[in-house]
Amino acid sequence: MSELLQFLFSGVTVGAVYALVALGFTIIYNASDVVNFAQGEFVMLGGMITFAAHAAGLPLPLAAVSAIVLTAGLGVAMNKLAIEPARGAPVVSLIIITIGASIFIQGAAQIVFGKQIHSFPAFSGDAPIRVAGATILPQSLWVIGGAVAVFIALWLFFTRTLLGRAVLATSNNRLAAQLVGINTNFVMTLSFALSAGIGALAGVLATPITLTAYNVGIAFALKGFAGAMLGGMGNPKGALVGGFSIGLIEALTAGYLSSTYKDAAAFVVILAVLFFMPQGLFGRKSTDRV
Amino acid sequence: MSALLSIEGLGIGFGGLRAVDDVSFSVRAGEILSVIGPNGAGKTTLFNMISGVYRPDAGRVTLDGQDVTAMEPHLLARRGLSRTFQNLQIFQSMSVLDNAIAGYHLRESGSVLADLLALPASRRRARDAEAGARALLARVGLERAAEREAGNLSYGALKRLEIARALALDPKVLLLDEPAAGCNAVETEEIDHLIAEVAASGVAILLVEHDMKLVMRISNHIVVLDHGEKIAEGDPATVSRNPAVIAAYLGTEEAPHADG
Repeated sequence: MSELLQFLFSGVTVGAVYALVALGFTIIYNASDVVNFAQGEFVMLGGMITFAAHAAGLPLPLAAVSAIVLTAGLGVAMNKLAIEPARGAPVVSLIIITIGASIFIQGAAQIVFGKQIHSFPAFSGDAPIRVAGATILPQSLWVIGGAVAVFIALWLFFTRTLLGRAVLATSNNRLAAQLVGINTNFVMTLSFALSAGIGALAGVLATPITLTAYNVGIAFALKGFAGAMLGGMGNPKGALVGGFSIGLIEALTAGYLSSTYKDAAAFVVILAVLFFMPQGLFGRKSTDRV
Repeated sequence: MSALLSIEGLGIGFGGLRAVDDVSFSVRAGEILSVIGPNGAGKTTLFNMISGVYRPDAGRVTLDGQDVTAMEPHLLARRGLSRTFQNLQIFQSMSVLDNAIAGYHLRESGSVLADLLALPASRRRARDAEAGARALLARVGLERAAEREAGNLSYGALKRLEIARALALDPKVLLLDEPAAGCNAVETEEIDHLIAEVAASGVAILLVEHDMKLVMRISNHIVVLDHGEKIAEGDPATVSRNPAVIAAYLGTEEAPHADG
């Protein structure tokens, strides 16, 4: 029993990180139908920049905030320099561009931050909290809280604010959105900033547990992508549920089968989703009409 | 009264083809100007240039005295130019009401923070937009479909929804691309009344339509295009007697309801 609980705790923790990555996927996908495979690099940058800023003497909270802001700026730059000039290209080309951007960011990070594994102190100490025979790190609570908070904030943003609804309108029909006066270029820029910022936040929260290196991004991207697919691409609720599910499946696979198969779990899920329910748990059928 | 919208020498080419060449005309407030011509004459291309979807390679578009040539659609919308599409541009997975409310986007201007906190001003604005949108839906006869998903509506109903959304912008100039296509006789008559009513309220209307009876009935002025060039213009009676027009359009066009 306590063993199961222990697996669940670790599953929920990594699941929260995947959920944040999946939410990042969702925002850009909603605004542009593009799956941004550089999403994992934003997570890496969040951790790396926080580490570097902290090592340079900045207090941890300030280092974390500057990492999020810088990464968001980088997301905007990526949109302006790589995505916007290719506007009008097929979505597949844009997706390939994001893979290119991902490789570029990884290479640049390797040069700037080196190949070592980095970390920084947990926010509220390292003393594990005991719950019914299992333990959970205080940092895990930060990660889980972060994912839930981001989800709620996004949900409010998309349902309550005019700007949020403008993003949804753009995703639904770009030309129609322009016709009613929505600046769709700005919506794209905003989506990249939000997505990159959320990715960086995931990196900031997770690094004390998972550690970070220049090449951790791709794993986050693939697992977050699996989460987003499982939940239904484009649906924030799906991203949250999908991300947590992937984390749990991974932890249970590692616990009861073998940790060798841990990484395979996400890919089995991707395959299963593509075969049996391509629209995911909460995805909607596409309703294009000519 | 001076022209609200005028175009001078507008043209665009695709490859070797001049899809539209050296077309000029102007529309005054309250006037209904129809652009007619055989399929492929360049009518929709002309609309796409005026509304900023295509960038013309020659000529000028002037809206309310200001040069707006090749301005992006969202900026044109802010300056009072609104349009509908022959092949519909609707938010398919939103409700009918939300589609109409989207047209109020420009009139709602509040901060993100005020919206998030649901401050009274934000809520009042949202209520006003909803009331306005419902009134517009009633005007186009869609008030009972307000809560339905737009993608489930019939073609004719979507046409009217698109007009309602365009009207929500409170435009000075309204471009209608085949508003009656796919509508039955009753719906066509409703659209006929609606267009006349909107024009009477001082909006300049630019219309592309294949239903000749509708065009002859409501237009003040008609411009005839053929192979991208203006071959005639004038009031309905003059244009319908013009031999060049009869040759190019009325005489040879066998299926006036086909799309173009």
